[in-house]
This record gives sequence, structure tokens and C-alpha cells, in this order.
Amino acid sequence: MSLVSLRLQKEIKMDTPAVDSQRVDRNRPLIRISDFDFSYGDKQALFDINMDIAEHKVTAFIGPSGCGKSTLLRCLNRMNDLIESARINRGKVEVNGVDIYDERVDATELRKRIGMVFQKSNPFPKSIYENVIYGLRIQGIKKKSQLDETVERCLKGAALWEEVKDRLDTSGLSLSGGQQQRLCIARAMAVGPEVLLMDEPCSALDPVATAKIEELIHELKNDYTIVIVTHNMQQAARVSDQTAFFYMGNLIEMNATDQIFMSPDKEQTEAYISGRFG
Amino acid sequence: MSPSKTVVRESMEKSLFGKSTKSKVVERLVFALFRLSTYFVLLCAATIFVDIVYKGGKTVFRSEFPFLNVEFLSDSPQTLHVFEHQGRKYEMSDSKFRSFREGIDEPIVTETYAYSGGGIWPCIAGTLLLVAGAMIIAMTLGVLSAIFLSEYSRPGKILNAVRLSILNLAGVPSIVFGIFGMGMFVLAFGWNVSLIAGWFTLAFMVLPIIISASEESMRAIPQGMRDASFALGATQWTTIRTNVLPYAMPGILTSSIIGVARVAGETAPIMFTAAYALRDQLPWEGLERWYDLFFQGVMALPYHIYVVSAKIPQNEYTSRMQYGTAFVFLFIIAAIALSSILLRIRMRKKYRW
Ligand SMILES: Nc1ncnc2c1ncn2[C@@H]1O[C@H](COP(=O)(O)OP(=O)(O)OP(=O)(O)O)[C@@H](O)[C@H]1O
Ligand SMILES: [Mg+2]
Repeated sequence: MSLVSLRLQKEIKMDTPAVDSQRVDRNRPLIRISDFDFSYGDKQALFDINMDIAEHKVTAFIGPSGCGKSTLLRCLNRMNDLIESARINRGKVEVNGVDIYDERVDATELRKRIGMVFQKSNPFPKSIYENVIYGLRIQGIKKKSQLDETVERCLKGAALWEEVKDRLDTSGLSLSGGQQQRLCIARAMAVGPEVLLMDEPCSALDPVATAKIEELIHELKNDYTIVIVTHNMQQAARVSDQTAFFYMGNLIEMNATDQIFMSPDKEQTEAYISGRFG
Repeated sequence: MSPSKTVVRESMEKSLFGKSTKSKVVERLVFALFRLSTYFVLLCAATIFVDIVYKGGKTVFRSEFPFLNVEFLSDSPQTLHVFEHQGRKYEMSDSKFRSFREGIDEPIVTETYAYSGGGIWPCIAGTLLLVAGAMIIAMTLGVLSAIFLSEYSRPGKILNAVRLSILNLAGVPSIVFGIFGMGMFVLAFGWNVSLIAGWFTLAFMVLPIIISASEESMRAIPQGMRDASFALGATQWTTIRTNVLPYAMPGILTSSIIGVARVAGETAPIMFTAAYALRDQLPWEGLERWYDLFFQGVMALPYHIYVVSAKIPQNEYTSRMQYGTAFVFLFIIAAIALSSILLRIRMRKKYRW
């Protein structure tokens, strides 16, 4: 953890004296969201979110459609910067003690540290090889051996290597839906993030492909901190360590996944999980 | 089979076999109308093409080797001399006639026809130069503004106003661009009648087409492609360069095909800004400094057609020139369009999404 935080601080070029205290504070979460209010124009989408996301854990966001899961997820790597009307009204998001909305933070550097996989798989219309190394190419890395190594490592990491190793130069779009999504995961891994944000990564996939991705998430947990948005309760129960339930822009409840699914504190959570609304 | 079933079957047949003939007749008539109008359009187009190819072909092609009228394609327009000498009838361009006359003592009586001899090489060269320069300017300006409009600008009143004015600009008649170009580039900037004045005038004329088409094709690229790139740590410009422009290129090229056809084809914008009716030197001949190239007028195919068909007395000899020029002109535009289409197909294959 201290190594990661050091790296993050170096990348984001922040000078904080907090490094030592971090090394001591072993229980400190990787991501801390505090008093966070967010709106699109006049429409407030998130209300007073407080949340800790632990390192090397899978955190699931659940809740009915439109409750702000994707919005919060996209706030974690500042993808919402790209939306014209997006405003943060209050609060902050800290990653390893660094406020990512600090004006000194370079959002592009942040996004290299906090990768994202989207609901609709979106490989580039380039070869599989080029897809994986895109993040390195744009950093100007040209060394063939390094690129080759990255491709193999990331495709293996995304459990796709065996299926595509003989056709790395075919288009990423020629893969099946599930393979495309794993390619997107490999592509996100290639830039070496600590965190992977996944927004309903399986919603367009069949059960077999979904099972593969879930299996993959289990393995990725060793190296990455994962935040996953899902509409599938079973999936949340299967893959996540902690679960957060949102409703209309509010974080209703967050707890260990077992706890949430076995004996939720809040009535609303119980109702949602048991399928009585939403 | 029970009786009730038979009844059902009968009524079924009645409704399905549709005895109502009226709607069918209307259907047929309407369909025939559509078909006829399509055929009519085809017929018109075919008539024009066949006419030009047939008549122009007589000027451009020859029945014996090298099968092409080399003089027509490589010489400058000249006066044609038609005369009889020792019982034979001759048709000769001015330069040939002069050397022919050298060796003959007796005086020759000739009829002369302006612009009807020689060829159209300076017009071909001029048109190619005009198209190349205007398209470079138009594509550069057009694609850059399209990038701004589609990727950087914030939606709002100003943007809508900009879009609307671009749209309106597309409807401005080309003669207005011609007058504008003359006022602005030829007179105010003091560029005189020159290639560069023609370039900018033509470029401004096609700019609206190129901007709207390029913007359209950039906006057609799924947001997911951009998101993916941003999420991998790309800056906006990197994203545009690597993930928007390449995929928009086929669409941009399509717009450029239309642009090329217009730039090459319009007479009005160049008649006051760039075109000479007749110029002895080729554009690259007799330059004192390299940039003098830009500041000279040129001959151009559409203007040449206009001159030989409207500015001089008409006869069978000028008509040959007109059709020959029109044929070459069509051929050049078709060739440019074809190569852009091939390029576009190749790009489509490379980036399929
Ligand atoms: N770009 C945007 N501009 C304006 N409002 C937005 C935008 N994106 C989302 N919203 C609004 O913010 C609220 C939260 O949306 P969000 O996409 O975060 O929901 P979600 O929980 O991810 O829903 P789903 O499960 O359907 O994906 C919704 O009411 C939505 O209409
Ligand atoms: Mg969502």
C-alpha cells in the first residue's frame, strides 16, 4: 500500500508530508469519498456521499436505474470532467490521501492510475495488439520488446491470451462480445492502474461470458482494487467483498457483502435486494 | 371438416385474396410513376454523357496510332487556319501553319477561326493547380473548424448561430463568391487576378460543404470510443488525433469528392479572380521567383468552355473544341472522384466500426 501511494503521489506530482503517516495507517482506505455532492446542471445527482473503498477488495455499487451509480463511479477517475454540465458542489474524493479534484492534479495521469471498463465494450477498430498497447502508444512508448511483453502479460491477465494469441493482428471488433470486454479489461490493465472501475461490464454478455469475467474479477483482486456497478444481485453477491446500495442519489447503506445480503440494516435495502422494488 | 370451419376458410380467402382492385391500381400507378421518373432522370443523364462522349471523343481520339489527339492534349489554344493548297484542304493551328508557309512561295488564302486550333493543355494544368490549392486550403480550414465545432465548442446559442451561418453559406450562389473574391483578394489584398486569389475564393466556396460533412462524420463516431481513450489517460487532442480523425476520414473524403467536383467545375468564382481567357506561358514557365507561381492567372477548363462557347463566333470548329474540352473536363473530374472513392474504400476497410 505504501508503495502504491508513493507511486501515486509521484505520478500526480503532489508534495504531501503525509507519506509517513500513511505507512503507519494500515487500515486507511484506498479511496475515501466525503460529503460529496454532485450535479448535472441544476439537477443534483448525488447527495452527501460518504464512503471508503478498501484496497484489494471488490466493491459493488447496486441500486435501481438512475440512482447515480455510474455518476459516482465516473467521479472516481474524473471522467465526469468531460461532461459540460457536471459540477461538484461539495465534498471531496481522495485517493491515497490525495484530493483528486485538487487543481494541481492532472486528470490524464489520474486516469492512468484508475482505469475504467465500460458497460458497452468499446474496443478501438484497430488490431487486438494495438488495442492493448494504445495506452502505451499515446505515452510515446515504442520499444517493441516492452510492447510485446505488455500485450502478453495483459491478455494473460484478462484470460484472453489463449484465445487470441494466434491472431493478435486481427481487428478487436472481430471478437465476440465477451472477448471484447476482456480485451477492454486487458487494455485498461496495460497502463498499470491500481484501481479498475467497471460499469456493468457484463450487462451485454451471455451467462458463459459473464462467468468468465466474474472469475477474472476474482483473480484481478490480488493486484487491483475493483469497483463494479451491477444490476445483477447474484453477481454482486458472487464477486464483491463490500456492497453499497444507492437510491435516488443517496448512499443508503454500505457494508460487507454478506452482511448486506443476509441482514441489511435498512428497510429499503432489504426491499431492493429481495426484488420488491427497483 | 365441420361446416363452421369451411365458413372461416372462405372468409379468410376473401380477405387475403383481396378483391378490392382499386387500391391495387393506385399502388401500381404510383409505383409506375416512381419508376418512370427514375428512368427519366437516367435518360437525361445518359443523353448528356453520350452526347459529350460521342462528340468530344471525335476531338480527343484518333483512329490511327497513337489513338489520342496529342496536339489537343499537349498544345495551347491557337487560331485555326483552314485553307486549300494544291487542291488539298488543310486545317492547321497557327504555329504549324507558319512553319508550313515557310516552304511555300505562293500566297495562301486562309480562313481563320480563333481558339479553334491547338489544344487545351494550359487549361488542364490550370484546373489541376486550382483544384489542388483550393482543396488543400479548404480541407485544412474545414477539418480544423469541424474539429473545433464537434469536439471543443460548447453547445449553446453561439454554436447554433455558427452552424446556421455555415449552412446558409452553402446556399450562396457561386457568382457571389466570385465577386467577393474579387473585392477581397484581387483588389483589397492586391493579389490581382492570380492563382492564390482563385484558391481562396474557391476554398471559401466549398468550405461549408467540407465543414458540415466533416463535423457530421466526427459526431457519428460513438462517444464510447472517445471515453475509452480518455480513460486510458489520453488528452483530448490525442483522442481526436488517434480515435476521432482516422475514423472520420472516410466521411471527410466523401465531402472532399463533392468539393473537388465543385471547385473544378465552377466558372463564376474564377472568372474575376484567377482565370485568363488566353495565356501563352504555362503556369510554371518564366517565373522569376518561386512564389511568382501563386501570383499569376491561369487558364482553366470551365472558363475555357465558357470562352469558346460564348465569347467568340460559333462555327463547326469551335464546337469541336467545346466538346473536346468538356470531354476532358468530365474525364478529369471522374478520375479525381474515382481515386477519392478508392481511397475511402481502403480506409473503410482499415477502420471498420
Ligand atoms: N450526462 C448527464 N447529464 C445530465 N444528467 C445526467 C447525465 N448522466 C446521468 N444523468 C442523470 O443523473 C442521474 C444518475 O444517473 P446515472 O447514470 O449515474 O445512474 P445509474 O445508477 O448508473 O443508472 P443505470 O443503472 O441505469 O446505469 C440520472 O437521473 C440521470 O438522468
Ligand atoms: Mg449506469
